[in-house]
Amino acid sequence: MASTPDTTEQYAGLSNEQLIEMYRQMVLIRIFEEKCQEMYTRAKIGGFLHLYVGQEAVAVGTINALKPEDHIITHYRDHGHAIARGLDTNALMAELFGKATGCAAGLGGSMHLVDVSKNFWGGYAIIGSHLLMACGIGTGLKLQKRPEVIMVFFGDGSTNGGEFYEALNFAQLGKLPVVFVCENNLFAMGTPIAVHTSVQEIYRKACAFDVTSERVDGNDPIATYEATVRAVEHARSGKGPVLLEAVTYRFRGHSAQDTQKYRTREEVEQYRAKDPNQVFRKRLIDDGVMTEEQAAELERQAEAEAQGSVDFADQSPPADEKWLTEGVYANPIEPKF
Amino acid sequence: MAELSLIEALRAGIDESMAADERVFVFGEDVGKRGGVFRVTEGLQAKYGPWRVIDSPLAEGVIVGACTGAAMSGMRPIAEIQFADFIWPAMNQIVSETARIAYRSNGDWNVPLVIRAPYGGGIHGALYHSQSVEAFFAHVPGLKVVVPATPYDVKGLIKSAIADPDPVMFFEHKKTYRLIKGEVPDGDYSVPIGKADIKREGDDLTVITYGLMLHYALEAAEQLAQTDGLNIEVLDLRTVRPLDTEMIFNSVRKTGKVLIVHEDNLTGGIGGELAALIAEHAFEYLDGPIMRLAGPDVPAMPFAATLEEAFMPSPERIAAKIRELAAY
Repeated sequence: MASTPDTTEQYAGLSNEQLIEMYRQMVLIRIFEEKCQEMYTRAKIGGFLHLYVGQEAVAVGTINALKPEDHIITHYRDHGHAIARGLDTNALMAELFGKATGCAAGLGGSMHLVDVSKNFWGGYAIIGSHLLMACGIGTGLKLQKRPEVIMVFFGDGSTNGGEFYEALNFAQLGKLPVVFVCENNLFAMGTPIAVHTSVQEIYRKACAFDVTSERVDGNDPIATYEATVRAVEHARSGKGPVLLEAVTYRFRGHSAQDTQKYRTREEVEQYRAKDPNQVFRKRLIDDGVMTEEQAAELERQAEAEAQGSVDFADQSPPADEKWLTEGVYANPIEPKF
Repeated sequence: MAELSLIEALRAGIDESMAADERVFVFGEDVGKRGGVFRVTEGLQAKYGPWRVIDSPLAEGVIVGACTGAAMSGMRPIAEIQFADFIWPAMNQIVSETARIAYRSNGDWNVPLVIRAPYGGGIHGALYHSQSVEAFFAHVPGLKVVVPATPYDVKGLIKSAIADPDPVMFFEHKKTYRLIKGEVPDGDYSVPIGKADIKREGDDLTVITYGLMLHYALEAAEQLAQTDGLNIEVLDLRTVRPLDTEMIFNSVRKTGKVLIVHEDNLTGGIGGELAALIAEHAFEYLDGPIMRLAGPDVPAMPFAATLEEAFMPSPERIAAKIRELAAY
């Protein structure tokens, strides 16, 4: 086992403490997601559930390159981003359970997590739609001369719709502080990338707008982190947006009910054999960043936190009916009869 | 107090709001040097600079999407959709996002955004430059929908819309821009969203209307006062979501007869909602059927002058309908 104490060079300047924290987040996402699947099977969670299992390195690699005051807006597969941003897992699980203690008081559910206090602008379920809002948040930041950036996540499937192109064009025109992160997991729901889009290297689509872009191995949290640091620096310095393509793979179905007829079990197993969480774990241990015992302890803590979130959600009261009609307007005008 | 055209009053309202609040900016097609296709924002870019009056790409999705995000992050945008007919590429943004933000964030966020759009026919704009679209948006909770018809109201309502913390759809009948003139006070005043206005008092029958049709209804009412001795009340909705139910019911209780007039096509229009509300809440005061006069149920306004005239409710057709209902 290598015993070099200083590994910051090969780890993009990240300290051991930061690296261990990134591993903690990846493990927590994984175990939280597996717990969600279990709760879905046990009918504690209803509706639609899209798990992030396999893509953990993307959320962790990118979001750790942001400052807490930077902004995040994302798609419906949003649990991983929420956890990497530090949203309370109790409030997340409670939201999935439809409980009053959920991060959106039970109004949003799995696909629409939100936390204003964390600059987490929510998960959005209309494909590509939120890319334009990201441009708007970027416009607001620029007009107010604020130093933050907005990071927007979306999938490879989103890059076929017009809003993707409208967003890239306007973000570049306005030199907006937007970091576009395409999580290319090789499928638009059940349609393989070769079937759904003509240019499968998504980062190349940016060239039509002269938007700086880069493709990165989204299964490697360090490579993803390094590329994101470059992207964020570019966006924050006023040079305009960046399109970052993180190539990854989701291990579970598009949603919890997906029978996955569009891919073989062997293909999934091949990717699982290169599980980003396991690869990162081994790398950190081999390089002496953390010990096997530390890793095991983080995994135990993540299990306890995920189970704790389930217990919390279970014991929480159901969503309050007042939220059915409250909050529609900031300044409601009530009709008089 | 000065006599201004509707477009001058609108411009003055935007200008004063921009001067008073540096968070206010305009984003739309050709709004900068050109001042917009109807010249509503003429001179404003020269006065406030290119980052307060921003020329947008010809892409309505980005106009509304970017303004929604900007509104969420602390700005007070005014989105201009060049013609209301062009708003559909932005429909997803407006319905899926803009209208939903406050609700889905449990009121933690709100969207102080005004989306302005010239609507309506009678200017030979034909199939894609003449439509009335207000009913689509009046159906959407989370939006407020304003359709002012006079210079006084347009200035007062644009100020309220800009100051409002919620998304406001602001529809201006393009034929009224230069046709309609009226007294407008200098300086700041506002007209509240959600308040209708009795533009002509009467006790024989109430005409409920808005937009260009207000002026046609007033013309019909004046004519009938002369020729038929009828005393018609004309109620200008000004806001079509939320409706000023209090004023509507009070007028109906007084006159007992209601004619609803709108240029938008009949089925699923504002008139249907009004009729339902009146039937539910003022049924016992009615002395006749609630009647509607509206544009025909055709997909778009045709071009030829004869066809366009046949589409638009006119003062003569309104007068005829009033006579029919008055005689009931």
